[in-house]
Amino acid sequence: MNSILDSFSSYLFRNKNLLILLFLLPPLLWLGIIYLGSLLVFLFHSLFYLDGFTGKIVYKISLNTIIELFSSPANIDILIRTVALAFLVSVGSALIGFPIAYYMAKYTSPKVKIFFYLAIMLPLWSSYLVRVYSWKLILAKEGIISWVFEKLHASWILEGILSLPVIGGPSLSISYLGMFLVFTYIWLPFMILPIQASLERVPNSLINASYDLGASKRQTFYKIILPLALPGIAAGSIFTFSLTLGDYIIPYIIGTSKFFIGQAVYTHQGTAGNVPLAAAFSLVPIAVMTVYIYLAKRLGAFNAL
Amino acid sequence: MITALELINVNKSYGQVSALDTIHLNIKDGEFFSLLGPSGSGKTTCLKVIAGFEVPDSGIVNLFGEDVSNVPPFKRNVNTVFQDYALFPHMNVRDNVAYSLKIKKVPKSEQDQQVNEILKIVKLEGYDSRKPSELSGGQRQRVALARSLINKPKILLLDEPLGALDLKLREQMQLELKNLQRQFKITFIYVTHDQQEAMSMSDRIAIFNNGKIEQIDTPANIYSKPKTAFVADFIGTTSIISLDLANKFFNYSKPFSIRPEFIKIQNDNIHDNEFNIEAIIDDVQYQGSYFKIIFKKDDLTLISFYYPNTSKQIDINLGKRYTISWSKDNITDLNE
Repeated sequence: MNSILDSFSSYLFRNKNLLILLFLLPPLLWLGIIYLGSLLVFLFHSLFYLDGFTGKIVYKISLNTIIELFSSPANIDILIRTVALAFLVSVGSALIGFPIAYYMAKYTSPKVKIFFYLAIMLPLWSSYLVRVYSWKLILAKEGIISWVFEKLHASWILEGILSLPVIGGPSLSISYLGMFLVFTYIWLPFMILPIQASLERVPNSLINASYDLGASKRQTFYKIILPLALPGIAAGSIFTFSLTLGDYIIPYIIGTSKFFIGQAVYTHQGTAGNVPLAAAFSLVPIAVMTVYIYLAKRLGAFNAL
Repeated sequence: MITALELINVNKSYGQVSALDTIHLNIKDGEFFSLLGPSGSGKTTCLKVIAGFEVPDSGIVNLFGEDVSNVPPFKRNVNTVFQDYALFPHMNVRDNVAYSLKIKKVPKSEQDQQVNEILKIVKLEGYDSRKPSELSGGQRQRVALARSLINKPKILLLDEPLGALDLKLREQMQLELKNLQRQFKITFIYVTHDQQEAMSMSDRIAIFNNGKIEQIDTPANIYSKPKTAFVADFIGTTSIISLDLANKFFNYSKPFSIRPEFIKIQNDNIHDNEFNIEAIIDDVQYQGSYFKIIFKKDDLTLISFYYPNTSKQIDINLGKRYTISWSKDNITDLNE
């Protein structure tokens, strides 16, 4: 028995590829069948369509549903609204996340760095729902933000912001501005950590070399630090962008009655029973992400990897 | 002679550790000056203070008579070749070398001409479009040199620039560096822990130990007239005889150092030499053209060289007993 195991282990030692295959087979099967397989089956439904009279799915291949998706102004609105918000949330997270990541990577002692890691990760330990509901309370008309503005006799500033077209609304908790704030807060860790990792890999001697060659702090930032942090920003924005594209809880709890892609998918495949249209909606984030990553690569975001 | 760099009473400490302790330096224009010392002795901190990356706690840094103590690195007319080369990984060789010209907004055609010129000097023509990751260690070293030299700095600071290269390449680069320095007539301040490198290239050397400068002198004087036991021991091979041992065995009232090449093994005219002692061979190390022989007598250790092809044949087995001797002229008295 032992000798069989022995010779088997020596055989595996000599045939490393077989060993790797054995290790990878379970996750590959999972990814291939459970994830990709069911995703493809679902997406394939976008090629079927709903019979207008009977309300039943017609299992014939056609582009009816795709055409329906892009011909209805209401649907187009949903797509534009979602992609625009995802874009703004990514930009916002990058702007807020970069200074924090830079400070973490370049100025902290090991102990302070652990504090930062905890501060960034700790919110992820509590339920996502709890955090979104807390934000609902914070942003509500009777919430702490309104209260602070009131005590400072500055309610007119908040009212002024809320009276702005598009981003405003009756209160922060029922506005695009509020949604933007909550999305940015919720996804910020996914932006900070990749940027921090990419900055951590930039040796200080590179920054010193730039100063040494006559570049000011500003020039050094644009010519050296930013290009080298770009893969991290790209990775972070892939998180924030795709997570916002697919989310349906934040638009449901915070914000107006206007739909986002996630909500559209949820209602169409649920109550409306229109699985083909839900599938068609789901195609959009995948397509947008493909284009996004392609563009990021073309713009050289991954050159410094 | 114009003074290129002057450090006056410079101090720098990190917490409790004193990295630079009352440093005074005066380096002349066009000099090849080395800062030599073991790791952690303060030589690299000293270089960073000169470049402006570190601000001293106290003291003055003068560049060509101008106090630059509060001038940021990007406004100092010195350039640095970093230990890890610090080439920008997202730029090719040409963009790396042209970096300072781009910052200064030199016209493109002039940039190209200057880059071509300097790449020719460092023998890297045709490598313009390579990324640093596609170059060998020696080539990266040359790019780093070209990038610093294109700025025509008055002083070039080199932080162990050859440390990562193998021996053959290092010897070749030593020659090339020396040639470049003569060609450009600029002051080189060279940090190294390799005494052979410092000895063979420098006009003068400052020996660092524990944040202090132990001695500043020419290589020949550092070797033949070391001022302290540390210098004598750090440079080349030597035997250091403490005050106690000097008293006990030689009836001599000062600690001293004796180089191995001056110690004679079983000389016929022993009595010509003022110092002689009977000792036992404790260890023998083969060094190629010679043997390094360690003699012991009680707690006294003496190192001698034996050249089997040019000196009288002797038996160098362990435990053999010989009378060894040296002349008073060859010892160096040390400060206590």
